[in-house]
Amino acid sequence: MVLHFPILSLVTFLPFIGALFIFMIKGDEATVARNSRQLALWTSLVTFTLSVLLILSFDSDAAGFQFVETEQWISGLGIHYRMGVDGISVWFVLLSTFLTPLCVLASWESIRSHVKEYMIAFLVLETMMVGMFCALDFVVFYLFFEGVLIPMFLIIGVWGGPRRIYAAFKFFLFTLAGSVLMLIAVLTFYVVVGTTDIQTLMQARIDPSLQYWLWLAFFASFAVKVPMWPVHTWLPDAHVEAPTAGSVILAGVLLKMGAYGFLRFSLPMLPEASLFFQPLIFTLSVVAIIYTSLVALAQEDMKKLVAYSSVAHMGFVTIGIFTVSVQGVEGALFQMLSHGIISAALFLCVGVVYDRIHSRDIARYGGLVHRMPAYALVFMVFTLGALGLPGTSGFIGEFLSLLAAYQTNRLLAVLASIGVVLGAVYMLWLYRRVMLGVLEKEELKSILDLNRREVAIFTPLVVLVLWMGIYPEYFLGFMHASANNLVENFEIARGLQLAVAAP
Amino acid sequence: MTELPDFYPAMPEVVLAFSGLLLLLYGAVCRDAMPRFVGYATVLVLLAVQVLEMITAPGDAVTFSGLFISDRYAVFMKSLVLLGSALAVILSFDYHEHEKQERVEYPIFILFATLGMMMMISANSLLSLYLGLELQSLCLYVLAAIRRDTLKSTEAGLKYFILGALSSGLLLYGMSLIYGFAGSTEFPVLAAILTAADTQAPMGVVVGLVFVMAGLAFKISAVPFHMWTPDVYEGAPTPVTAFFAMAPKIAAIALFMRVLLDPLGGLVEEWRQVVVAVSLASMILGSFAALAQTNIKRLMAYSSIGHMGYALVGLATGTPAGVQGVLIYMTVYLFMVVGTFAVILCMRQHDRMVENIKDLAGLSKTHPMIALAMAVFMFSMAGIPPLAGFFGKLYVFLAAIEAGLYTLAILGILTSVVGAFYYMRIVKFMYFDESHEPLDRWIGRDIGLILLVTGVFTMFFFVYPEPILAAASVAAASLFPG
Repeated sequence: MVLHFPILSLVTFLPFIGALFIFMIKGDEATVARNSRQLALWTSLVTFTLSVLLILSFDSDAAGFQFVETEQWISGLGIHYRMGVDGISVWFVLLSTFLTPLCVLASWESIRSHVKEYMIAFLVLETMMVGMFCALDFVVFYLFFEGVLIPMFLIIGVWGGPRRIYAAFKFFLFTLAGSVLMLIAVLTFYVVVGTTDIQTLMQARIDPSLQYWLWLAFFASFAVKVPMWPVHTWLPDAHVEAPTAGSVILAGVLLKMGAYGFLRFSLPMLPEASLFFQPLIFTLSVVAIIYTSLVALAQEDMKKLVAYSSVAHMGFVTIGIFTVSVQGVEGALFQMLSHGIISAALFLCVGVVYDRIHSRDIARYGGLVHRMPAYALVFMVFTLGALGLPGTSGFIGEFLSLLAAYQTNRLLAVLASIGVVLGAVYMLWLYRRVMLGVLEKEELKSILDLNRREVAIFTPLVVLVLWMGIYPEYFLGFMHASANNLVENFEIARGLQLAVAAP
Repeated sequence: MTELPDFYPAMPEVVLAFSGLLLLLYGAVCRDAMPRFVGYATVLVLLAVQVLEMITAPGDAVTFSGLFISDRYAVFMKSLVLLGSALAVILSFDYHEHEKQERVEYPIFILFATLGMMMMISANSLLSLYLGLELQSLCLYVLAAIRRDTLKSTEAGLKYFILGALSSGLLLYGMSLIYGFAGSTEFPVLAAILTAADTQAPMGVVVGLVFVMAGLAFKISAVPFHMWTPDVYEGAPTPVTAFFAMAPKIAAIALFMRVLLDPLGGLVEEWRQVVVAVSLASMILGSFAALAQTNIKRLMAYSSIGHMGYALVGLATGTPAGVQGVLIYMTVYLFMVVGTFAVILCMRQHDRMVENIKDLAGLSKTHPMIALAMAVFMFSMAGIPPLAGFFGKLYVFLAAIEAGLYTLAILGILTSVVGAFYYMRIVKFMYFDESHEPLDRWIGRDIGLILLVTGVFTMFFFVYPEPILAAASVAAASLFPG
C-alpha cells in the first residue's frame, strides 16, 4: 500500500494540533475538564489509528528508511526536516501512540486539578516522542529528544506525589546534563562530516581516535536515559513521584529512547568505539541486572519495585544491543517493546489500587484476590510476563538477548541469567504479598474490582503480551531486514578497520 | 568653504537626533506637556527610524571623513537596538502611570541613549566610538537614577556612574595607547597596520587592547567587570532595568565585536585568550551566582551575565560563523528578555511592585497565561529545544567547535545545565507551588500584547527560522572584508 500523504508528520504533529485545540477550550472548570479529556482521547485514538495504518503499509522486506519526507528547514547549515522509519523505529512509533490513549484513560478520574493542562502536556509529549523516533536529521532528533523534558518535567512536578519537586528536578537535570554533551557530539559530527543527515552519517567513516570521544558523549546522554547503573538513580524517584500515566510513559517509552539512541547512532556511526567500549557496557549491564534486582527485592513501595525491575530489564537490552549480532539486536528490540508494554501495564496495575487505597505500600495490601479476581488475573499475566515466562512477550526478548550473550561471552550469559532468577523471585514475592493470603486489612474489605474503563485499558495490554509471546514472528518479521542490515554494516565497518590496521 | 559630508548613510541618526531635539523642545516649552504623548511619539520615531534604516541601508558606506560606517552588520544591530528601545518605552507606560511617575524626560533619554548606541554600532574610528559610548552612558546614568526620590534608584545611578566613568577611563587609556603606538584612530588604517604579516604588533598596542577590552567588558557586564550589574538592576526602576538588559547590551556587544574583528582583527591570537577567559568566567559565575538569588531582578542580572558569556563564545571564534551565532543569540535574547521583564512588570500585589521570586508562587492558577509565557521564556533561556533560546546556543557552540574551541564549548554547555536549574526554579514556583498571596489581576493592554508577541516568537521560532538566520549570516559576513 502506498500512502499519498506525509503520514509521519501527520502522526507526529496531530497530537500537537489536538493540544492547541485543547488550549483554546473555554468555559467553567467542569466543562473544560470534560471536553479536554474527550478531545485528548479522540486525538490520541486517531493518531493511533494512523500509526496502525503506518504499520500496515510498512514494507517489512526493505532494510532502509520508508515514508521518507524531506523539507528545507535551515538552509544556511544544510539542515533539513527529514522524517522516516525503518524496522527498528516503526515499532516505537506504534508503542508511543498505543500507550498515549491508555494514559489518557488511566488519568480519567485520578487527575482532578488542571485537567486541561495535563492533557496538553501529554499530547505535546506524544508529539515529541513520535517525532524523536521518526527524525532522520540529527538536529531534528535532538529537538525532539530534549523537547520531551519540558512536558515530563511539568507532569512530574505538577501532578506528582509529595516529593515531586525533588524528583522533577533530578529527572530534568540528570537528563539535561547527559544530552548537552550529546549536542556537542552532534555538532562535532556536523563539523567533521559536513551534514546532520542521519543516513549520510551512517555511511561516514569517522577517525577512530575521535570516535571514542563522540561515543562517550553519546554514552553520557543515552546511559542516563536507559538508565544504566550507576546513573539510574533519577528513575526510582521520578517513577515513585510521577502520576500513574507519567510512570507509564517514562517506563514505556522514555527509557527506550536511550537504547534506541545506542542502536541508531552509536553502533552504525561509531563502530570501532562501540567495539572498544563493549566490555564497559557489558559490565555495567550485568551490575545493573544483578544489583538492581537485589534492590528491587528489598523495596516496600510497589512503584519503586517496578522501577528497579525496569533498570534490570533494560540491562538485558543493552547487552543484546552491544553483542551486535542479529539475535542480540532483535532480542533487544523485542525486549524493549515487551518491557514497554509490561512495565507500563504494571504501573497501571499499581495505579488501580493506588486510586482506591491511596497507598503504594506493599505492607498495606494482601489477599486482594478475594475481592478483585479480575484484577488478580490481569496482574498475574503481567507478573509472569515480567519474569519472562515462555508464552509471554517477556520470554522472547530475554531469551534472544541471553542467546546472543552466550555466543559472545559465556560468563556474561551466566551472570545475566542470575538476573532472570532474581526477577522471578521479586515479582512472585510481590504478587504473593499483594494478592494472595488472607484478606485481613479492614480498608481492603470493601475494595472494588476493575471497572469498565479499567478493563478497557488492560484488555489490549493483555492481548499484546500474549500475542507477542505466542507468535513473536509477526513482530520480529518487521525487524529482520533492518537488524540484518545494521549488523552487516557493522561487520563491514569493522572489516575495513581491520584491513587498515593490518595491511 | 569646505564641502559638506555625505549625510545619506547617517540619515536614520540624523532623523533620530532631530526628533529627539524637537521632543525635548516640546517638553521644555509646553508647560502642560503630556508625557504619554511624548512616549508614543518616541515609539513612533524609533519605529520610523527602523523603517528608514531598512530603506536607506546602502551597504558599506563610509562618511564623515571615515568616522562613520553603515554596513549590513550595523543595520542588523541597529534594528535590534531600535526594536529593544521601542519595546522598553512601551513597557514603561503602565508602570509610570501606576507609580505616578510619568515624565517627559524618560522617553527622551531613551531616545538619546539609542542615538548613542547607533553611533557606537556605526563607529569606524576610536573617536566616534567614544562619542557614541559616552552619549549612551550619560543617558543611562540618568535613567538609572530617574526616580530621584527613592534611595535605591539614586544609589543605583551613582554606582553605575562611578563604575561607568572608571571603565570609560580604562577604555580611553587603552585607546590612547593604541593611537600612540599604531599612529591612527581610524579602523581601516589600524586594521591595515595590525594585519601586516611581517610586523609583530607593538607591545603598546597589545596593552592598549587589553585596556579597551576591559572597558568594553564592563559595558556588557562580563566577569570580572560585572559587579555593578546586580546592584544597578535591582536598584533601577523596573522598566529602566528592562531597558538596560536589552538595547545597551546589544549595542555594547556589537561594538565589542566590531572593535575586535575590524581594527584589531590582526591580533586575533592575542585577544582570543582574553575573550575565552572572560566568556568562561561569565558563564560560570552567571550560572552559579544566580542559584542563590531571591530577587528576580538580581536573578535577571546574573542571567544576563551568563548570556553575555554565551554570546562571547561566538566572538571567541573570530569567524563569520561565530559572529552569526552572536547575532542570532542577541536577537533571540532580546525577545526573551523583553518578555521576561513584561512578566516582572506584572508582579504587583495590592498595587505595589514586588520583586521576590516567591511572589510568583501559584501563578499558573491565578494567571495561567502569564505563567505560560514566563515558562516559555524560562525554558528558552535555559536553552531547551525547540524554543528559540536553543538556536542561539546551537549556533554559537557550533562555531566554537568549528574553530576547535572544544574545552570552551564543553564547559560552556555544562554551565548551561546549572543555569537550567535556576530557570526551572522559577517554573517550579509558578507551577508546583501554591500561592499565598496572589498577584493583582490587572495587567495593561500594552504588556499583554508584548507578552503575546514575544511568547509566540520564542515558542514558534523553530517553525520558520530562516529569515533571521539568513539576515544574520549576511550581516556577519559584512564584518569580514573580502
